Amino acid sequence: MNIIEFKGITKKFGDFIANDKIDLTIKKGEIHCLLGENGAGKTTLMNNLFGLYNPEEGEIFLREKPCKIDNPHKAIELGLGMIHQHFMLIDRLTTTENIIVGEEPLKNGLVDMKKAREQVKQISDNYHLAVKTNEKIENISVGEQQRVEILKVLYRKAEILIFDEPTAVLTPQEVNNLFTTLRELKAGGKTIIFITHKLEETMNISDRVTVLRKGKVIGTVNTCDTSPKELARMMVGREVLLNVNKEKSDVGDNVLEVKDISLTGKHKNLLLKNINISIRKGEIVGIAGVSGNGQLELEECIAGLRKVTSGKIILDSEDITHAPTGIRRKRGLSHIPSDRLKRGLVPSYSLAKNIILGNQDSFTKNGFLLQNDINKYCKEVLEKFDVRCQSMNDTANNLSGGNQQKLVIGRELSTDPKFILAAQPTRGVDVGAIEFIHNNILEMRKQNKAILLISAELEELLSLADRILVIYEGEIVSKKNNYTKEELGLLMAGKKVPEEEKKELENRIQND
Amino acid sequence: MQEILEVIFNINTFSAAIRISVPLVFAAIGGVFSERAGIINLGLEGMLLTGAFAGVLGSYLTGNPYIGILFAIMGGALIGFIFALFTIKFEANHVVAGVGLNILMLGITTWLMQILWDSRGTSVNVTGLSEITIPILSSIPILGKLFGSHNILAYLMFIVVIFSWIILFKTPFGLRLRVVGEYQKAADTLGIKIRKIQYTSLIFSGVLCGLGGAYLSLGHLNWFSMNMSAGRGYMALAANIFGGWNPLGAFGASYLFAYTDALQMRMQALNLNVPNEIIQMIPYILTILVLAGAMIRSRPPAGLGKHYKTNR
Amino acid sequence: MIKILKKYENSIYSLTAILLAFLVGAVLIHLSGFSVIKAYSTLFDGAFGSVFNLTQTFMNTIPLIFTGLAVAIGFKSGLFNIGGEGQMYLGAFTTAITAIYLGFLPGYILIPIALIMGGFAGSAWSFLPGYLKAKTGAHEVVTTIMMNYIGILTASYLLLKYFKEEGPIPQTVLIPESARLPELIEYSRLTWAIFIAVFVIIIIDIFFKRTKLGYKIQTVGENRSAAEYAGINSNKMMVLSMMISGFVAGLAGSTIVMGVLHRFITNFSPGYGFTGIAVAVLGKNKPWGVLFAAILFGALQTGGITMQLFAKIPMDLMVIIQGLVILFVAAPILIKKLLRK
Ligand SMILES: Nc1ncnc2c1ncn2[C@@H]1O[C@H](COP(=O)(O)OP(=O)(O)O)[C@@H](O)[C@H]1O
Ligand SMILES: [Mg+2]
Repeated sequence: MNIIEFKGITKKFGDFIANDKIDLTIKKGEIHCLLGENGAGKTTLMNNLFGLYNPEEGEIFLREKPCKIDNPHKAIELGLGMIHQHFMLIDRLTTTENIIVGEEPLKNGLVDMKKAREQVKQISDNYHLAVKTNEKIENISVGEQQRVEILKVLYRKAEILIFDEPTAVLTPQEVNNLFTTLRELKAGGKTIIFITHKLEETMNISDRVTVLRKGKVIGTVNTCDTSPKELARMMVGREVLLNVNKEKSDVGDNVLEVKDISLTGKHKNLLLKNINISIRKGEIVGIAGVSGNGQLELEECIAGLRKVTSGKIILDSEDITHAPTGIRRKRGLSHIPSDRLKRGLVPSYSLAKNIILGNQDSFTKNGFLLQNDINKYCKEVLEKFDVRCQSMNDTANNLSGGNQQKLVIGRELSTDPKFILAAQPTRGVDVGAIEFIHNNILEMRKQNKAILLISAELEELLSLADRILVIYEGEIVSKKNNYTKEELGLLMAGKKVPEEEKKELENRIQND
Repeated sequence: MQEILEVIFNINTFSAAIRISVPLVFAAIGGVFSERAGIINLGLEGMLLTGAFAGVLGSYLTGNPYIGILFAIMGGALIGFIFALFTIKFEANHVVAGVGLNILMLGITTWLMQILWDSRGTSVNVTGLSEITIPILSSIPILGKLFGSHNILAYLMFIVVIFSWIILFKTPFGLRLRVVGEYQKAADTLGIKIRKIQYTSLIFSGVLCGLGGAYLSLGHLNWFSMNMSAGRGYMALAANIFGGWNPLGAFGASYLFAYTDALQMRMQALNLNVPNEIIQMIPYILTILVLAGAMIRSRPPAGLGKHYKTNR
Repeated sequence: MIKILKKYENSIYSLTAILLAFLVGAVLIHLSGFSVIKAYSTLFDGAFGSVFNLTQTFMNTIPLIFTGLAVAIGFKSGLFNIGGEGQMYLGAFTTAITAIYLGFLPGYILIPIALIMGGFAGSAWSFLPGYLKAKTGAHEVVTTIMMNYIGILTASYLLLKYFKEEGPIPQTVLIPESARLPELIEYSRLTWAIFIAVFVIIIIDIFFKRTKLGYKIQTVGENRSAAEYAGINSNKMMVLSMMISGFVAGLAGSTIVMGVLHRFITNFSPGYGFTGIAVAVLGKNKPWGVLFAAILFGALQTGGITMQLFAKIPMDLMVIIQGLVILFVAAPILIKKLLRK
């Protein structure tokens, strides 16, 4: 039976078409993958189904009947459940409260917490989704938070479960557990829509795959009849070879030294543990890790946005451990922040005003801004980094995501820095822009800059970095020049590398 | 010194503080409901003023102060609804809209006072609320002095404190309300009717302020005067924050403010060497200190002040 | 065509908001049994009907320029300074005392000193809310309001205790002639203060458009995380912008003392500090926008008094219109909806 049918679904944001006449059929009891690059429109399509968006055109059939799902309340009633890309959890409430809210068990008109906990316990036992029923969300791991999200959906007796990029925040181990859960759910007769942009996962878990590109359906295939290569071609629209030309560079003196830094959080928990990094001129050092393992904290500590609890940071032989951000920048720090909208840009400012952000002191004389210099410089950067805009008086929020990122990167690479802190430099940008950004980072390496590349993309690290350090739960668990993808995956999950290799590794760390 | 200590520990200071605290408590709990639903409510001041005016108007028109209370409830509800309309539907900045509402209500009440009673300063005298003495309680030594004899709104205040706490932390509505204030989108994806909850809590917030305002005019003085709320709405907001966005905490904080106010008035009467202006400052200084201290320790609802646009 | 409309979008919204406020005001006037035409015509006449009325309007505009600018400057760093009233009182008081005690100085020295002292008094008063906001997150709206009460009480305490003139009225003695701002038109009480106000507008405009410090403060207001990322000390900028804001609010008091009252009197302000909020909101926090909004509200203030005197319509209508303007300007979506119809 076709449990869901999309017929000609179109969703626009202003003039931008995020979903373009989508036709798609989901069969009852299958695991159906929605595959597509960032920005392909996968989340938007599912939000249409879940009643968060109302499509401009088209119809949705549920269990072969036309349905108008205009709010999530109705979607839930119809047996739909969605595990969102960004968790929809309340930090200060307990797991049980998060699960039951909206459909609370009652006793004399009040919420019956005891019964609620029992019910949650029961479902969690049934599906092997272990959660602490009386713990606040802020105190549990990301993996457990995801289990809470799944329980939320199961508690509402969903028949159709939508998972929006659920593996992005998980370690490979947790991914395996999730896949076991998915298979169990399928065996229990549930239908699953699984969104991802990762080919291996698709091949591993799905029965059928539908590929989306630029808001359009490219095609639906049976997983057993396809190959990762074919899927990749469908997804990107051309042969993909992430081919970066990396030339040899002369590594020179140490530029950045992070010596034994630690950071304790609010609840006295260790966020960073005795981290040591040293980066030389003309060298790219990569930090690999599943997001949420201390990368953000490390980024903030090096940029001076957070104070380390102990340890030292040395930039160009000067101790900057206690120096504020402004001083660090003057000493030659450049910073491509992981969250460009929150930190990297002032959305309401013109491009010209954004281009001096962080560098404002170099464009002033006697306290006044040098408008002509700024404009000239802005023009140069926009041209060199191919930022597409109408004029530099445009505000930054009028640029597309990829162009915003190029603006930030262009600004940070144009200040002739000594050290570049590049955190997730290609997060959320399309393939073309990724290539451009990679080439620019390599160009900086050629110019003898020291670069710290923090990234969640393994391919990016493997093709750009000269050395890679793996971070797990705030600790550097391994450092080496060459890794295979499998090795990195294991290390990122906190797994030990087989014994002999470990010895070798220790030797190298000591020699380092 | 002896004299000051006597005033500080005098039972009369404590019982006066209860009377002074009533409007603060109502408004502070109004603040709790509004802010727990994610709406910064600086409009408490204007809502209190509206309640005070409507109460007198009701009593003036009918001669019955209890109908005055009814008027105050309706007036508060109306203003709460208007505030909700602006902050939610029209997506106004909560802080700016709150200040705008306060100025508007100051203007409207003063205007109407002149139209109705031809005076810019104070209204005519109306029938106020009489005290109700509880037979046995009032004869118990200390408790009797504190709780034995009050008007109906003061007793209602105690009920409101307890019921508000139960509503917020024990009922489905309260749980949903807290979820809305923390993260509107999450609430939306759970099928919770966020708008209904926000409007309800803001109207309730208005009703509570209406009651508080009615106590100011009908319970204290039996008349309305220009700008009668005199900053109590802002203090109530501070009490709500100091009380950790919790009705019980808001009650405690309001009572503390009220106590210093009572102390201040009694100390003025003592003819101490300290000038009256300085003594009068005490509650305001305390508000600032308490707010600065409280903000360090407690965490506001995560979604406070944010707008959530649905794409439907 | 659409582009031109886009460019003036903000002005169109603001004008519509004003119109709407007057419309609601008209309904109120009508419901209260007055003639709308009479009300608004006496209002207009009172504000602009004669040279004298015009001078009165401008006299009322001057403090509003300062208090409006003060609120706008706070907004630039993301802070809502409602403490203009208290800062103005302290400014007025300090200016009066300075002028009286340094009366032996010649005017060209005394006037600048008295002005600056008034500004500093305002700064001193706005420092604490800015500092507490930066350090503890205490909401500046509540703290500035409290500082208003404390400020007004402080000024009257100091006045009564040390500086009161003999007699029943709580006021200082007159400041010396040399400290008084020259009148532009005789007996109009419209003085050189208007030039000071315009001068401050120009300075503030340049400050935010052209200087590094202005850029830093604005960046903090627009996106605090980005400011910190850029190495800008956001706490320092918030305190600084509050102090500049307080300085300008203090000047409102100084110019009233030096131009209009020639002494400090308790309760001299009809709420200039609060009207400043409406002025800033309507002027979209832009210095020249503040000028136009200040003229509008100055006219309302002047015309309102005429309306009360000659048409017997309560001048609190003006307060109502202020409140409505703030609400409507704060809610562009409402205006958009109305305009689309
Ligand atoms: N609420 C929104 N407003 C405007 N544009 C949006 C909105 N949501 C998504 N988009 C745009 O629609 C496109 C598709 O987004 P999305 O569905 O999230 O992609 P995916 O989930 O496949 O990564 C993107 O270009 C995104 O920028
Ligand atoms: Mg997505």
